[in-house]
Amino acid sequence: MGIIKGRVIKLGDNIDTDVIYPGKYLPIIEASEMAAHALEGIDPSFPERIGRGDIIVAGSNFGCGSSREQAATCLAAAGIGAVVAKSFSRIFYRNAINQGLPPIECAQAADMIEEGEEVEVDLAGGQLRYSGGSLSFAALPEFVMEILNDGGLIAHTKKVMGKA
Amino acid sequence: MPQTFVEKVLARKAGVSEVEPGDIVNIEPDLCMSHDNAGLVIKQFRQIGVGRVWDPSRIVIPLDHRAPAESEKTATAHKSIREFVQEQGIEAFYDIREGICHQVVVEKTHILPGQVGVGTDSHTTSYGAVAAFSTGIGATEMACLWATGKVWLRVPETIAIAVEGELPFRVYAKDIILHIIGELGAEGASYRAVEFYGETVEGMSVSERFTLANLSMEMGAKSAVIPFDEVTRDYLAQRGAFERGTGSHPDAARGSGEVAAEYVVIVPDRGARHEAEYEFRVDGLEPQVACPHAVDNVRPVTELLDLAIDQAVLGSCTNGRIDDLEIAAAILDGKRLHPRVRMLVIPASRETYRTAMERGYLDIFVDTGCVILNPGCGPCLGAHQGILAPGERCIATTNRNFRGRMGSRDAEVYLASPATVAASAIAGHVADPRR
Repeated sequence: MGIIKGRVIKLGDNIDTDVIYPGKYLPIIEASEMAAHALEGIDPSFPERIGRGDIIVAGSNFGCGSSREQAATCLAAAGIGAVVAKSFSRIFYRNAINQGLPPIECAQAADMIEEGEEVEVDLAGGQLRYSGGSLSFAALPEFVMEILNDGGLIAHTKKVMGKA
Repeated sequence: MPQTFVEKVLARKAGVSEVEPGDIVNIEPDLCMSHDNAGLVIKQFRQIGVGRVWDPSRIVIPLDHRAPAESEKTATAHKSIREFVQEQGIEAFYDIREGICHQVVVEKTHILPGQVGVGTDSHTTSYGAVAAFSTGIGATEMACLWATGKVWLRVPETIAIAVEGELPFRVYAKDIILHIIGELGAEGASYRAVEFYGETVEGMSVSERFTLANLSMEMGAKSAVIPFDEVTRDYLAQRGAFERGTGSHPDAARGSGEVAAEYVVIVPDRGARHEAEYEFRVDGLEPQVACPHAVDNVRPVTELLDLAIDQAVLGSCTNGRIDDLEIAAAILDGKRLHPRVRMLVIPASRETYRTAMERGYLDIFVDTGCVILNPGCGPCLGAHQGILAPGERCIATTNRNFRGRMGSRDAEVYLASPATVAASAIAGHVADPRR
């Protein structure tokens, strides 16, 4: 998982898991079906507006609330390439990694980057390139990069346990 | 060097003498809890290709979120869980009759002081009420944990919160923690372990401490603990759990007389490093209400008195225990609900339900016009049993008021204590329980 390019979807602070993935859809277990409800709690038309490869750029405390990993799964399944935020809620952060969706903590991104612009996330290099230049972020720990590179925790665990 | 509670617990688990905030430890938890989402955990577990879970005795599964099943999808998931626990020899499976997962875990002593618990639910922080370290994880992570027996955890920084003073009439632990969340914000304890101190906390029951630890999640806490003391010891003794080496303890006679479980007490060291320390005085605290659509949007009840309500909810892992029902029953006794208000009462567990029945609280709820639901999560997460229509307003003892949480995204949820909820249900609008 090297360079991720995509069009920016801007979101605010404290985007909670109930608006990312409303509780009424929790019985769904197929990821493709979950994708159809991604961010529906913010605006019912949101799922149709998400394009494959889009990158979310959000404010602080992204993914706060419930531990439901469907919040990460639905975004990954909808084609979101990465989530960049000022800060993340801890369970969402873990869930995103485990679903192979890179969570990037970058304090300035939400203030500098506009809705709809094309950006480039260099995961290994810790750089976020946008129309106005480049922002640095702390590279993810090596064991986290391994999980992402393997395509998520299930694939990673299969590999580690010799079941791949 | 003096260590905080979480540092001591995680170091012991990792088999090292000390850990520091920021260290990553790979540990084997004592408890792995999942509820209805065990259906998703099982689906993920099957993908790994391992036949057996690593240790069925550490897995606990109560069904509570959608119990009894509200849809065919849920019924299918529940069925898959029942089959899986049979196949894997998981004995601590609690079918729909038992109650809310966190309440059941604590009541049945599936978590004990000094232990490490993880659960596929954010309010797993609750077990700090009995001096354990516990935190929430996702379903995929749980599936991999079932396979490998290991989970990685970053050792968190610790913040200390002291609560001092005497609680005024009809002001409770719920009001204290809502006030703290309002002051510190939804990110106020993000990634942090919280330690609660102070005379007010020392005087609280395990149930009240549960409310503190449970809602600490709503300020981002990874875990929260009320350090072990005589209150913890007594609560566990009633349930047959004793400190190791004290099995013949006189407390045994006061409980069932049998030693069901033993634990090791771990208390934070004096002088341990806290990233921040806060003190809250509660002497003049008013009843608090978290307003839509954020748990940190907290205001005193006196600023909200005219807001008409349609539904009142008494229950959840935050406030569905016997003392919560007792507080509400005392206020409702001899009254009628406001004709517009639907009030739902959801005992947190079968044990709570039975005690409420024995003490006559259920009679009071029925006589005042409440609807009593089966032990479980009820409408808290918007799954069933009391979904809100657009434009409706609900006051609830539950733990979240995010947009759409209890149904329509155009409904409003206000969070408050059992006393404030009961008083409001009679008045038909947000009401001050002190009046």
